[in-house]
Amino acid sequence: MKMREPLFHIAKRRRMDFWKAWLIRIVAVLFALVVSGLVSYLLTKTNPIEIYQTMWKGSFKNARYIWNLAQGIAILLCVSLAVTPAFKMRFWNIGAEGQALIGGLVAATCMLKLEGAMPSWLLILVMLCGSMLAGAIWGLVPAVFKAKWGTNETLFTLMMNYIAIQIVSYFTYIWAVPAGSGKIGIINQKSQIGWLPALFGQKYLINILVVLAVTVIIFVYLKYSKHGYELSVVGESENTARYIGINVKKVIIRTMILSGALCGLAGFLLVAGTDHTIDSNTVAGRGFTAIMVSWLAKFNPFSMILTSLLIVFLQRGAGQVATDMGLNESFSDIITGIIIFFIIGCEFFINYQIKRTGRREESK
Amino acid sequence: MKKILALLLAAVMVFALVACGGTPASTDAAPETTADNADAAPATTEAVEVNPYADVKVGLICLHDENSTYDLNFINGFKEMQANLGLADNQIVIKTNIPESNDCYEAAADLADEGCTVVFADSFGHESFLLQAAKEFPNVQFCHATGTMAHTEKLDNFHNAFASIYEGRYLAGIAAGMKLNEMIAAGQFAAEDAVIGYVGAFTYAEVISGYTSFFLGARSVCPTATMKVQFTGSWYDEAGEKEAATKLINDGCKLISQHADSMGAPTACETAGIPNVSYNGSTVAACPNTFIVSSRINWAPYYEFVVNAVVNGETIPADWTGSISTGSVLLTDVNTAAAAEGTQAAIDAAIEAFKAGTLHVFATDTYTVDGAAQTSYMADVDSDAAYTPDTEVVVDGYFHESEFRSAPYFDVRIDGITTLNQAF
Repeated sequence: MKMREPLFHIAKRRRMDFWKAWLIRIVAVLFALVVSGLVSYLLTKTNPIEIYQTMWKGSFKNARYIWNLAQGIAILLCVSLAVTPAFKMRFWNIGAEGQALIGGLVAATCMLKLEGAMPSWLLILVMLCGSMLAGAIWGLVPAVFKAKWGTNETLFTLMMNYIAIQIVSYFTYIWAVPAGSGKIGIINQKSQIGWLPALFGQKYLINILVVLAVTVIIFVYLKYSKHGYELSVVGESENTARYIGINVKKVIIRTMILSGALCGLAGFLLVAGTDHTIDSNTVAGRGFTAIMVSWLAKFNPFSMILTSLLIVFLQRGAGQVATDMGLNESFSDIITGIIIFFIIGCEFFINYQIKRTGRREESK
Repeated sequence: MKKILALLLAAVMVFALVACGGTPASTDAAPETTADNADAAPATTEAVEVNPYADVKVGLICLHDENSTYDLNFINGFKEMQANLGLADNQIVIKTNIPESNDCYEAAADLADEGCTVVFADSFGHESFLLQAAKEFPNVQFCHATGTMAHTEKLDNFHNAFASIYEGRYLAGIAAGMKLNEMIAAGQFAAEDAVIGYVGAFTYAEVISGYTSFFLGARSVCPTATMKVQFTGSWYDEAGEKEAATKLINDGCKLISQHADSMGAPTACETAGIPNVSYNGSTVAACPNTFIVSSRINWAPYYEFVVNAVVNGETIPADWTGSISTGSVLLTDVNTAAAAEGTQAAIDAAIEAFKAGTLHVFATDTYTVDGAAQTSYMADVDSDAAYTPDTEVVVDGYFHESEFRSAPYFDVRIDGITTLNQAF
């Protein structure tokens, strides 16, 4: 008697052709658009094409929108690049939010307290170093605990976020103008000391260029440097790493200093380059969104440009739909959810195949 | 090869689906465009009849959306203005969920790009970002609710507005005091146990001014009333506000009011059966047994004032303070199921006294500070980082709230009110 087997089974694919993988992704996006179109028609009776057009407008309406899009991508990409080395090492740093926020707080503090003490360019330099140092410390603490005592880095980095948020809340309260309002407002609004200057009349250009440079550096660091090799070995297997003589503790600590410092850089860019103030919402969840950006791009810095574009595009589109069509932003979040679901889901079909059980035996 | 064919087929099917989905959509679109034309036609003929508002376009920037009672109050006022002035839907733009960051500047700049002649923003933290946009677009009027910077920045196109909501709070306080009297008369507790509980957001002048005026209103009818204030450290924290209200009730408070934007405190009161005086709008639907009355600011008069000023080429003052007379300070209907008898009549009498100018909320003979009457107070009206006191506000026997600038600056701690926590 034959054993009853399920009709289908799932098998891991060998590496798929580059173009086939992209074909699957494109088909997934098309399916996502059809499903979300149906959902939006059924729920709101609005024309889905119009919704997509409005979403497109949210990013590409005019030059200002395109600059805003690029700026949004730059900051999200910076945080995503920051968490990537840690992720490759299988160190789940979900504390990017706090690392960036504490960096931003240091930048804002320097702007507030050192106005007039030094020329603006020097202050910017001090802010940059201070922010990266603060972010690095915020990353270092959980790394040391993990390396020395094997604490759980996921919980530790997560809790460090709340400490950072509370510290920022405290300072926004005591530096608030007027008293008790809990808002610092734009710092040095008249003198603009400590603000990143506009380049060719574009105030976000420095942010964008800095992040582009970081993208290239992280790509090279991960792919071609000894450090990058070591951290991926630690990620694959700590025992292998030890066997071939890699100092695992050192790699963990070194990588988290880098990760935290880059988050601090993102906080610096947010405070010195765009917001010119600080509150507990300055990083606005990017520390968590970055996790998705990094994973979706499979830790490839250049693919992260695309995945952060996707996320920022969807976010901006959601806002535009809320404004132009009078639909609540929550509705656009549903559309965003459907699209991301399909995009993540299609990776399954790229990595695995579903086979008819019978056929496989025939072919054998 | 077969697989590739299958994939291509699947893709073709998807396109077919999209195309099918598209066809009814395009027929939908056709009548829409004709409808647009039909709309446009009378609009142009109206322009011949000189519609003064034809060239007006007004934008509103909101911190949250209509799910927040605070923002809903602004959105409702905005739509009321639209209806009263007869503006078309394409003449107003509402941007919701705009955080108090550079995004606010970008939203304001986008509204200016879109051809808005007036841009409003509703949240305190929007102010410096709106100011940034005002400097860049001198031909657009930027009006910020609750802010403090307009009278010191002295820009022609940047303005602040608020309302004398402390008068509304005082009126709501009268309703609260009468309820306390009723409960004392019914023997529910002794006169000296008439403790009011108040859930506040921050130790900010707007909140201090609010609970003090509410308390003075209550004490004007119930002389033995005292108050306990619990701060939450957030403008919107449903769980925190509920917890604070419950704590106050357990501490022996007989009536609760709040200055925070969620339903936390009102629902806590409904659960405990403790009377509640609300804010920002009626909460009677959720709290039919305990809701007494609510004060709120109606922003429509200010919106209309500004739009009319722009149309007529008049200057808008740096500070505008709405009042009961301008229709900016409103009380909701009194819930007779919970309120004491005669509440409406007592409120109406006080409204007349306010209008006649004979009643002042912060009359110095009605309260003491550290046991002594207040004869002088220097307030930080021109806000600065050092909080330097700069303006004498106690003149002619009362504290002149919201007169030297629209945003409240009454931050005096008077006797009879205990603040339970000071952290915020």
